[in-house]
This record gives sequence, C-alpha cells and structure tokens, in this order.
Amino acid sequence: MKEKFTTLKTTGVPLAMENIDTDQIIPARFLKATTREGFGENLFRDWRYDNDNQPIKSFVLNDAKYSGKILIAGKNFGCGSSREHAAWSIYDYGFRVIVSSFFADIFKNNALNNGLLPIVVSDSFLLQLLALIEEKPSTEIIVNLENQFLQVGSVRENFEINAYKKTCLMSGYDDIDYLLSLNNEIKKFDLAHS
Amino acid sequence: MSTPKTIFEKIWNAHVVKHSEGYPDALFIDRHFIHEVTSPQAFDGLRKRGIKVFNTSRTTATADHNVPTKDQHLPIKEALSRHQVDTLRKNCKEFGVELYDLGHPFQGIVHIIGPELGLTLPGMTIVCGDSHTSTHGAFGNIAFGIGTSEVEQVLATQCILQYKPKTMKIEINGVLGKGVVSKDIILYIISKISASGATGFFVEYAGSTIRSLTMEARMTICNMSIEMGARGGLIAPDETTFNYIKERKFAPQGAAFDLAVKNWKQLATDEGAVYDKVLKFDAADIAPMITYGTNPGMGIKITDRIPRPEELKDTSEQTSFKKSLEYMGLKPGSQLLGQPIDYVFIGSCTNARIEDLRLVANIVKGKKKAGSVEVWVIPGSKQVEEQAKKEGLDIIFNAAGFELRSPGCSACLGMNEDKVPPGKYCISTSNRNFEGRQGPKSRTFLASPLSAAVAAITGKVTDVREFVN
Ligand code: SF4
Repeated sequence: MKEKFTTLKTTGVPLAMENIDTDQIIPARFLKATTREGFGENLFRDWRYDNDNQPIKSFVLNDAKYSGKILIAGKNFGCGSSREHAAWSIYDYGFRVIVSSFFADIFKNNALNNGLLPIVVSDSFLLQLLALIEEKPSTEIIVNLENQFLQVGSVRENFEINAYKKTCLMSGYDDIDYLLSLNNEIKKFDLAHS
Repeated sequence: MSTPKTIFEKIWNAHVVKHSEGYPDALFIDRHFIHEVTSPQAFDGLRKRGIKVFNTSRTTATADHNVPTKDQHLPIKEALSRHQVDTLRKNCKEFGVELYDLGHPFQGIVHIIGPELGLTLPGMTIVCGDSHTSTHGAFGNIAFGIGTSEVEQVLATQCILQYKPKTMKIEINGVLGKGVVSKDIILYIISKISASGATGFFVEYAGSTIRSLTMEARMTICNMSIEMGARGGLIAPDETTFNYIKERKFAPQGAAFDLAVKNWKQLATDEGAVYDKVLKFDAADIAPMITYGTNPGMGIKITDRIPRPEELKDTSEQTSFKKSLEYMGLKPGSQLLGQPIDYVFIGSCTNARIEDLRLVANIVKGKKKAGSVEVWVIPGSKQVEEQAKKEGLDIIFNAAGFELRSPGCSACLGMNEDKVPPGKYCISTSNRNFEGRQGPKSRTFLASPLSAAVAAITGKVTDVREFVN
C-alpha cells in the first residue's frame, strides 16, 4: 500500500532542462545495489555534488529557496534506459509529481508503477509554471488527481491519465495490491492448471 | 462455430484470470525464471509487505549474468557481483525458491536451462526479468521479459497486469542455402524490418523454413524477436517440439506426456485466423549475415558492402548512422569481408546450445585459430558443457586453440569479468551490438556460430561458403 493520492498542495522545484536522461537522474554506477531505498541520496548525483562530494551550490536541489513535492522539468524527461531506478530515486527523494511537456514512454510507466505521478502539460503552460516558481519559489501548486487538473494561482490546465492508474494512485493501490485483491480467483486458477 | 484464433490468442485467453473494461488483464503466469540482477528489489518488496512467494513450484532461479566463466568454484572476485549472487542465495533460501547455483549440474543461462530441463512447455505463459525471455517462445508459448516491479508482482501473485499486444505473422518459406543457419534468418529479418519494426507486436514465425528447423535453431530465432522491438516471438509446436520435450527432467512423463501432447496439438493457429500484420520472406534470399553497426538492424549479407548514408531508406537516420560507423571504425561503402578481428565470442542465450558447439567443432576440427585472435567458447549451461565434453568437443576446441570455459552470460554483456577491450573487434554469436555492450568502447559484429568459427581460423571476416566448399 502506498500513500493515497488525492489532492496535493505544495511548492515545486524547477529544473528547466530538456532531455534529462535516466543516466543523469541516477548515474549507472549506482545501479548494482540490491535494494530499492536510498536511491534518493544519489538522485542527480553528478549535478548535485562535485568530485569531492561537496554540494554544488548552483544546482536547484541544493538551493534552499526551493522545496516541495513537485519536480518541474523540461521536455522529454526520462529518456534512456528502461531500468526502474530512475523512478525509485525520484520517489525516494520525496517527489510525488513530475511535470513536463513530454515523458519517455517507459519512464512514465515506471513512475506510475511506483506511486509517482507524471503530468504532461502544454509547452506554454510549462514555461509559465517555471517562470512563476523562479520568480516566487513559495508559489503554491495544486494537483487535483480526481478532476485531473493542475492549478497555479488562477491558471489551470487539465491532464490525461489512464483510468486504471488513476484508481490505483487514488486508492493508494499499486498493481500488487490490485492483484492481491484477486487472490482467491488466482488460487483457483492455479489449482485448475497444475 | 467459434471465430478462428491465433495460437497467441488461444494461450492468452486461457490465462486471463480477470478482464475488466479499462483495466489491464490479470494474466496468470505458469513459469517464472529469476536471476541475480533483476530480483533483489522484488524480494525486498515481498519482505516489506510481509508476504510469501505465491507458488514456489512455479519459480526457478539461477545465477548467470554476473558469474565468472573461469574458476567458478572460487568466490567471485568483483565485490558487487559477488554481493548480487550472495543476495540471490539468501533470498532463495528465505523464500523457498529452487536455485541452480554455481557448480550445480543444472546451472546456466536462464533461457538455456528452462528448455533443457523441460520447464519450458507449449501453451504456457512464461516471464523473467530479462528481455530475451522470448527465447522460450520456440516451444509455442507466450514468453516475455519484464521489469523488477513486475518480477515482484509475479512472485507475490503469480499474475501480471498486461494489455494485449497486436499480433504479427512472419512467414518464411523455401530451402536455406549452403552455410546459412537460423541466426542468419533472424539477422536477415531484422535487417529488413529494422530494430523497431515489430514494436508493439507479438510475433508468430511460420512457414516451411521454420518447420524444417530443430528446436535449438528455433530458439535462436525467437531469442532475437526483442531485437526488432517485438514483445515476444513464438512458433507453434509440432512433432519436432514434442520429441525434444519427451523425457526431459521436469516435463510430463508417460501417460501424462501423451495427454499433454494431445492438448498441445490444439494450440496451432486456426485456419483463417486474422493477424494485425503479415510479412513473408523467401529462404532462398537469405545468405550468411553480419552486422556492421551498433544496433541489430544494421546487418548485411556477408558479401555486401556497408551502405552509404545517402542510401538509407530513412534519411533522418543519417546522423546516428554516421556516429555508429565512427564508433565501429568502419567506412561507408566498404566491404566487411577481410576485416581483421581480435576476439571471437561463441556463447550467449542466442547461440550456446550443444548444436551450436557441434557446428563450430565440426568446422574447426583439425584446424587452428589465427595467432592474433582470442577465442572464447562459453557453453550456455552446465549440461551443455558436460555434453560437449562427453562428445569430445573440448578436445577439438583445445587443439584449435579455442578456450572452452564454464557457463554464464560472459561477454554477451560487460557485467562480469569477460570483456572485449576498448577499440577491439569481436565477432560474436550473441544478440546485441550496442555501444559498450561487450565492454567499454568494444566493437561487435553479430553473426552465426559458423561465421564466428571461420573468422577465428582466418583471423578476419570470412564467407563460410567459400571455406567449406
Ligand atoms: S546471454 Fe546475454 S542476452 Fe542472454 S540472458 Fe545473458 S546477458 Fe541477457
């Protein structure tokens, strides 16, 4: 069971860069781990820390001005490998929503499978959003999953999401919870096929 | 009368536990293979939810990706690899999953041991956290690779949530020419339809050429379905299939086997069933194939020239094409025949079965490898290794200067100790020629075991048809 996702009211972190690939999100050298936790520490590792492991001040995650559960990134976020570690690291860091104008297919799926909501917005809305936050980091963003919209001040945009994935997020269900709810049917099936 | 169905639809429909509008189907999984790389986080998830493996008798584990192919009795040198294999051991013990560990007589590459143990059967649904799970489709089942979250799903519930893919039939008819084997068929198909030509489809291979192939040759074809983007590939079972399965360790035995065969015979696609797409090829047009670039779609007949950028069908690919040739250190318009090579890798889940080793032994018998070339022969499993030794293939290999090692994924991917050094050329019987796949900056030519074997002897890319006369 994951946290239920209904409406989120939080600030956002702007990462106005396009084509952020999975190797930037979590460098390949951290992939040989055998757990799912702790990846947040290495999220954007090479942008966050220098060679001496000192935080790079200019990077947004190290900028105290910015905080919140929403990451706002440029077009084509999550391209590259199909490994789930990218989604794990973003969730583990504490983000629950990523906003972009385009997501790589597999990344989007991996995100949804791991309780992270990817929201596709228009290019113009994305620019507006980034500008607003950069101007005033305390800007509050509302993500309403039930009615599928995102709102900042008086600006609002609707987004699409697969009906099944929406149900999962809203009930705090993931695929396993859904399948576990079918347990009796599956057991019968298993017996009939052994 | 009911509507005619494809073999894919029959198997899929028979495994849907629950279908609801707007939801993906909950598909029951008959057999789940796991290995050390993609399973640790899945077991972790079970632990956190406090649940067990749904049905351990449907789950089989082996160690293959990270294992060394020399001195397998010693502890693994590389710390992270050792940790992953140790974690697999711990997890299998804790959750009661059968593990064919290093040194076990059944250990080997996951897609090789399933079929040889009779765990892979017609009509099944099979998954594994590895894209080449499509290999098992050669027996007439739905087999596909999955991600770690899905591995956890299957461990927890023996089911997976899936939307039904589209179906494609690829028909190949006619007789194969001299020196042409199943690896050439699949490299030929991918070169024709590109590395993304079957994206979104589940492929069925059919036609007289496919029917004439042995099970091992069929596995080579299904193995590479994923390299044209397909979700998986399968071949309807026939007498060849049943004969292969008969008396395998975990296959149904005696009367149970006869009954199973009766059911398996019902699986073939019905006359008049409709596919979303159909492609046809002529076996006579297929020659020994080789790839020159950095995706499996970049293949040519071994006697052809590498295309020039302006000859590409899709002009938008010119930039990546040039980048690819630069990586490979090759010139557009040039021939690959005669290209010197440094390494020969005979192995992987594509071509490391006993028939592959026999093909190679047959052609190198009494000959010696070229002095400059390093040759690795990596059997796909402990059973293949033992069989090769029983037949004396190891003696032939030794005399030729080929090194027969212990089973594992080896140089198919640069994750263990076997790596091709930067800039070096390797002719390989594996399935991926991606940048860095065989080691940082390594350069890969994908080809058949025959083509790899003759290249080992001449030290350069060679047309096997001239070699055998
Ligand atoms: S041999 Fe290569 S392709 Fe096959 S399972 Fe191992 S790494 Fe994957």
